[in-house]
Amino acid sequence: MKNNILPAIRLTLVCLVFFCGIYTAIIWGVAQVSSGGGKGQTITQDGKTYYSNLGQNFTSDQYFWSRPSAASYNSAGSSGSNKGPTNPDYLAEVQARIDTFLVHNPEIDLAQIPSDLVTASGSGLDPHISVQAALVQVKRIAKKRNLSETDLTNLIQNHTESPLLGFAGTEKINVLQLNLALDQLQ
Amino acid sequence: MNTEILGVILMFAATVALAIPLGRYIGKVFQYERTWLDPLFNPLDKLFFKLSGIDPSRDMSWKAHLVALLTINGSWFVLSMLVLTNMSWLPLNPDGNPSMSPDLAFNTSISFVCNTNLQHYSGETGISYLGQLILMLWQFVSAGTGIAIAAVLFMAMKEKTAPKLGNFYSFFVRSCTRILFPIAVVVASILAFNGTPMTWEGKGTQETLEGETVEVSTGPVAAFTAIKHLGTNGGGYFGTNSAHPFENPNYLTNITEMVTQMIIPIALIFAMGYVINRPRLSKMIFGVMTLGFLLLAVSTVMFEMNGNPKITQMGIAQDMGSMEGKEVRFGAAASGYWSIATTVISTGSVNAMHDSFTPLSNMNQLLGMMINAFYGGVGVGMLNFYVFIILAVFISGLMVGRTPEFLGKKIGAQEMKIAMIVALLHPFLILVGTAIAASSPDATASISNPGFHGFGQMLYEFTSSSANNGSGMEGLGDNTLFWNISTGIVMLLGRFLPIIGPIAIAGILANKKYIPEGNGTLKTDTTTFGMMVFAVIALIAALAFFPALTLGPLAEYFSLY
Repeated sequence: MKNNILPAIRLTLVCLVFFCGIYTAIIWGVAQVSSGGGKGQTITQDGKTYYSNLGQNFTSDQYFWSRPSAASYNSAGSSGSNKGPTNPDYLAEVQARIDTFLVHNPEIDLAQIPSDLVTASGSGLDPHISVQAALVQVKRIAKKRNLSETDLTNLIQNHTESPLLGFAGTEKINVLQLNLALDQLQ
Repeated sequence: MNTEILGVILMFAATVALAIPLGRYIGKVFQYERTWLDPLFNPLDKLFFKLSGIDPSRDMSWKAHLVALLTINGSWFVLSMLVLTNMSWLPLNPDGNPSMSPDLAFNTSISFVCNTNLQHYSGETGISYLGQLILMLWQFVSAGTGIAIAAVLFMAMKEKTAPKLGNFYSFFVRSCTRILFPIAVVVASILAFNGTPMTWEGKGTQETLEGETVEVSTGPVAAFTAIKHLGTNGGGYFGTNSAHPFENPNYLTNITEMVTQMIIPIALIFAMGYVINRPRLSKMIFGVMTLGFLLLAVSTVMFEMNGNPKITQMGIAQDMGSMEGKEVRFGAAASGYWSIATTVISTGSVNAMHDSFTPLSNMNQLLGMMINAFYGGVGVGMLNFYVFIILAVFISGLMVGRTPEFLGKKIGAQEMKIAMIVALLHPFLILVGTAIAASSPDATASISNPGFHGFGQMLYEFTSSSANNGSGMEGLGDNTLFWNISTGIVMLLGRFLPIIGPIAIAGILANKKYIPEGNGTLKTDTTTFGMMVFAVIALIAALAFFPALTLGPLAEYFSLY
């Protein structure tokens, strides 16, 4: 055992320098030439800069709503609800979200609401919604902003991100980008 | 065909396609054969040994290997405790995060040194950048430990007489520099180019479109996330791990991280075949592991795509599947697949919250960790599977009336005793731990979901600890004295005893006389024997764990309808 202690400590220190120092320096260097320079990708509109990958809270009727969030879209404290599928409190919460949605979108049938609009995401920062989740909000926003439903449907179509390589994964819409474009429409 | 399912198929195909050539490369690294990276790494390794005062050519016995392994792991634990309990005043703490309490530091240090990465803190608020860096170091070296000890196992399996088992430090350094480091650089670069932050600045702020001001946690995330998966560590930089849009920004990074975490465990199967020159044995092991993995993965993808019947009853269509705790950019299928990949191998990173999965998916995740040998963690997965092979050889030897032999060595009473102890240790730690927790009001106070699911949370925590997995049903309020100390001890025992046991068996067998294969030898590289191993695994898991699973996820499943 004794013969091993000193080499163990010395080897640990060498690893410390190599992996915490040199490895991270290499990755930091690589990140500098990426878009965003290692500080997260952003988009700028009207002089304001936003992180394009982070979801934001959208609750007013004039914007497309984002998904419910257990973290209230606090990007300094990501969190899921961690509620189990049979938890009565959780099921009551989902029911309340459905009711709220129907109050704000009276023309929509219960069966048209997709599940992502009434469930909280894993990170609490989900930047996306499904295409159906955007479509069910068209009538409300058209009325609120005096826009034609066709224009809004087209906008949604233009902002739909197809699956990776066209065949792998989900179709989705970045809510922030959609809402930024919505503001441009007027 | 459904694009979500195609995405999952793509992930698995890419993993296997990359793992096979990597296995050959790893085999060459273990055998000290020439590889194309030698010009870079020969001088680097020499420098490592010179600075550490180590002679890498000194051969070690299996006992000497274990002593070296335990000593260096001990020194990591001490350094980790020192850093984590003093982070608040040490450098690299731009967000002013606090130091850890001693019990939390105890848990976290063991957790990362043991390749578990169970986290009772949240990355955004509970740790400084220096703390993250030191944990990242354990992610490298604990994975290096696992790969190195797998190399020792292969050496012991290979030698016919007078075994030379190589030098532990040499295997360890080679694993870290020649296997982990180059792949981590590639993966971290892919992540950085897809929007994963890599910065030393503290929190940023942004004003949202609706006018709210929010803070944005950031840091050296790309470097951390790459090795977190490559080393099957799984500890998240942020609280929500790879569900966080910074840690896993899009579907491409999701595939990258998925391939990264499975690639070394699968490659090691083929590395073994290369080292001991028995490719057929590799194929048998790969077949059994893949069968087990696919049974769990396919059914879980199905369960998650079917959604939560309780929400269907409210009139909501479940075309997207069960979406609570999941991200739209991954969808139900890729999240379900990830949850099984991360539990059969011992990563424990998540891209969706396991607490919110449907009950049968929870059962599959638990089974993945309870068996812990369908691929398994880097290196240790092979060790766990080796124990199952020894058991299967013994049982089938009894059934057909042949002396139990494996790779030309007779398996004696001593080896069987060790194998049984190792095989029973895992159920013992999980079931006794859960039983103590269930009867202690201190522990049950941490439960966040009522009923059967609450029991499942405790069962999950101990299963994850003992399997050195590190995922959790994160609703459990686990930063308490009870959970920190109890899971800390379970992780420690669950890490080192399953390393010591198989290495002891292999070391003892290596010293025995080689008996050439004859007509009476039970062939271990056939499909028949593969089915036998699978049956032994299923039998042990079923007998040991189904009563507990019945009280948790199975009971919850029947309460869904």
